[in-house]
Amino acid sequence: MPWTRRHLIAIEELSRAEIEQIHATTTAFKKILQRSVKKVPALRGKTVVNLFLEPSTRTRMSFEMAAKRLSADVISFDAAHSSTTKGETLRDTAQNIQALNADMIVLRHSAAGSALYLSRLLNIPVVNAGDGAHEHPTQALLDTFTMKEKFGSLTGRKVVILGDILFSRVARSNIWALTKLEADVTLVGPSTLVPHWFTHLGVKVSHDLKSALADAEVVMLLRIQHERQTSSHFPSLGEYTSMFGLNKTRASWLNPKAIIMHPGPINRGVEIDSELADSSRSVILEQVQNGIAVRMAALYLCAGGQPEHVLAPG
Amino acid sequence: MLGVANGGITLAHRLAALLPGSPQGVIDISFHRDDIGRNPIPKEFAPTEIPVDVTGAAVVLVDDVLFSGRTAKAALDELFDHGRPARVELAVLVDRGGRRLPLAADYTGLTLAANDAEKVLVHLDATDPARDTVRVVPV
Repeated sequence: MPWTRRHLIAIEELSRAEIEQIHATTTAFKKILQRSVKKVPALRGKTVVNLFLEPSTRTRMSFEMAAKRLSADVISFDAAHSSTTKGETLRDTAQNIQALNADMIVLRHSAAGSALYLSRLLNIPVVNAGDGAHEHPTQALLDTFTMKEKFGSLTGRKVVILGDILFSRVARSNIWALTKLEADVTLVGPSTLVPHWFTHLGVKVSHDLKSALADAEVVMLLRIQHERQTSSHFPSLGEYTSMFGLNKTRASWLNPKAIIMHPGPINRGVEIDSELADSSRSVILEQVQNGIAVRMAALYLCAGGQPEHVLAPG
Repeated sequence: MLGVANGGITLAHRLAALLPGSPQGVIDISFHRDDIGRNPIPKEFAPTEIPVDVTGAAVVLVDDVLFSGRTAKAALDELFDHGRPARVELAVLVDRGGRRLPLAADYTGLTLAANDAEKVLVHLDATDPARDTVRVVPV
C-alpha cells in the first residue's frame, strides 16, 4: 500500500505499518544528511509555513531545517510577532496563509485539537508540531526511531517514561507509538501527574521509581509543564526533584546498558542532573539529530500522500 | 555498475557477475522525482547505496526498461549529488521507445516499439534465468 495520508495529526490514528514506513523513509533521509550535498529536490518549488503559536526553539528549527533540506521555501511565524497578538483567530490566520499559496502548514498551538481543526478547514497538508497536551507526533517518531537504532525491534523492550505524564503531549504520542510497536511501557511519577487511568492505554503505572529503573532499558524523562498546570500537583519543584529527579544515586539503579532520553528543553537539576544529561548513556543529542530526518520524512510523505480514492484503479 | 531501484537492481547483479571486479550498487531516485503529489509514494524502496567514491569513476547506470527518460534523468541527478563521475553510460534491457527527453541508452538488450497504451513488464527471476520474461501488456 503506498502512503495515503496528507496530514500528520496524531500517532493514535497511525497503523504500525505507517509508523514503520515513516521510520524507513527517515533512514533514507538520515543517509542524505551525511552526504556532502545534504539536500534533495523533493519539495522544490513548494512553500512550507511554520505556524508556531506557542514558544519552541528545537522543534521550529528542526522543521525549518527539514524543509530546507527538501529544497522547500520556508516561512516561520512565531506567536510574539504574528497578528494573533492583535486578536486574529487561528482560522483567519490559517486561511490567509492558504490564500498566500502556501503548500503545507506545520502547526504548533496550545489548544488540543487545533491541528485536526486546521486539517479539516484547509485544502493543504497539515503537520502537527504539538497541540496542547494532546500529541506531538514527530517527537514520538524520532524517539522510537532513536530507540530502534539502539535496540533493533522494540517488541518487549522495557521503556520507563518518568515525570509529568498528565500534561505531556510527548508522553501521549510516545505511549501510542511504543504500544503499537509492542514495547513494554511503564509510566512513573507522582500520582497526581501519573493518574491510574493511563493503564487503559495499555501501559503500566508505577510510583516505585527504584524497581521501575532496575528493569528499564530506556528511561525517557519529561519536563514539568508549568505552563499547562492550573493548580498545584506537587508541593514544590524541590520536592519533585528529591522524589523523582534522576541523579547519580538513582542512575546507579539502572541496567548499565540502559539509555537516557529527554525531548528537551531540559531543566538541569530538576528532572535530571547535569552530569547524567551529558553522560555517555544519554542519547539526547542523537534525538535532536534524528529529529531533522524524521521531519523530512513527515513533510515528504504528507506532500506526496495520495488518498485511497485517488489511488483506486479506474 | 549501479542498478536503478527497483527494476534495475537484478539486472545490475547479472551484469556485474559477468564483469568481475566492478563495484556494484543501487541508485534510488525517490527524492529526485518531479511528480511528488501527482503520483503515489511507494511503500517499498531500496535506498541509494554506492560502495565507492564516484568522483572520477566510470559509471554504468542499469535499468530494466527505458521509456520517457525521466527515470534516467533523475538517476543522473541523484548520482551527481554523490560526486563528479568521469563518465556515465546507460545500459537497459528493453528500449521501448517513446522518449520525452534527449537521452539514449549506450547498451540495449532489446528494442521495441510499444505505444502509450501499452506497458512493458520485465521479470528477471532471481533463481532461474529460464523463467525470465519480457511482456507487453495493455495499461
